[in-house]
Amino acid sequence: MPGAVVPTVRIQAEDFDVAAEIARMTQGRADIGAVVTFSGLCRDEAGRLAALELEHYPGMAEAEIGRIATEAVHRWPLQGLTAIHRHGRIAPGENIVLVVAASAHRQAAFEAANFLMDYLKSRAPFWKKEHHTDGSQGGWVDAKEADDEAASRWKQAVPKRN
Amino acid sequence: MSTRLIYFAWVRERIGKPQEDVELPAGIETVADLLRWLKSRGEEYEHALQYPDVIRVAINQEHVEHREKISGAREIALFPPMTGG
Repeated sequence: MPGAVVPTVRIQAEDFDVAAEIARMTQGRADIGAVVTFSGLCRDEAGRLAALELEHYPGMAEAEIGRIATEAVHRWPLQGLTAIHRHGRIAPGENIVLVVAASAHRQAAFEAANFLMDYLKSRAPFWKKEHHTDGSQGGWVDAKEADDEAASRWKQAVPKRN
Repeated sequence: MSTRLIYFAWVRERIGKPQEDVELPAGIETVADLLRWLKSRGEEYEHALQYPDVIRVAINQEHVEHREKISGAREIALFPPMTGG
């Protein structure tokens, strides 16, 4: 597709500002008709969880999310796509991940954000470890089969990678 | 030529180090061969790689299948299924 946008991918320890990320994408232009954002937050698991510790593979985390995001901008007519993933210690109520997708009409933005999250969950090299409020270490979070299935539903009609 | 092996999450914890440089013996051609060889290197490797099928592998920071050839790999990472997002 001519003129596919270049996605923005950031891997960082610090928090992000959802409104600022939307503004960064839309400011100074009038051709965007839809912005979809997805934020993933850390749950407290009914008071059991003190924090999540997110380990990542520096270098590959950026590269892999970049590959998924590049596929998204070639698959949907987007005017902007941003993915931010945090690492390190994250307390309940804090942000973990953000996806912002902008397009002329809502369908492309919804679908691209959904696609990016599905693939990110099963392919981006991040691992969550739980720390419990009683001081015990809860161990590594198990991967869910449902996440792999969610990603695989996009395989139909995926354009061939160049 | 030595190859850098990098470990993450419980694979790292069980092996007891985040990374190491190894000289791969002759005959180690695929990812599956590498996992089999590593598993024989001691108790901690045996513990980490007890179920090799669940181990995910990346060569030069890209996901690969266990049947992938490893010739020319500078960096091979071993890790559990990912749980980000």
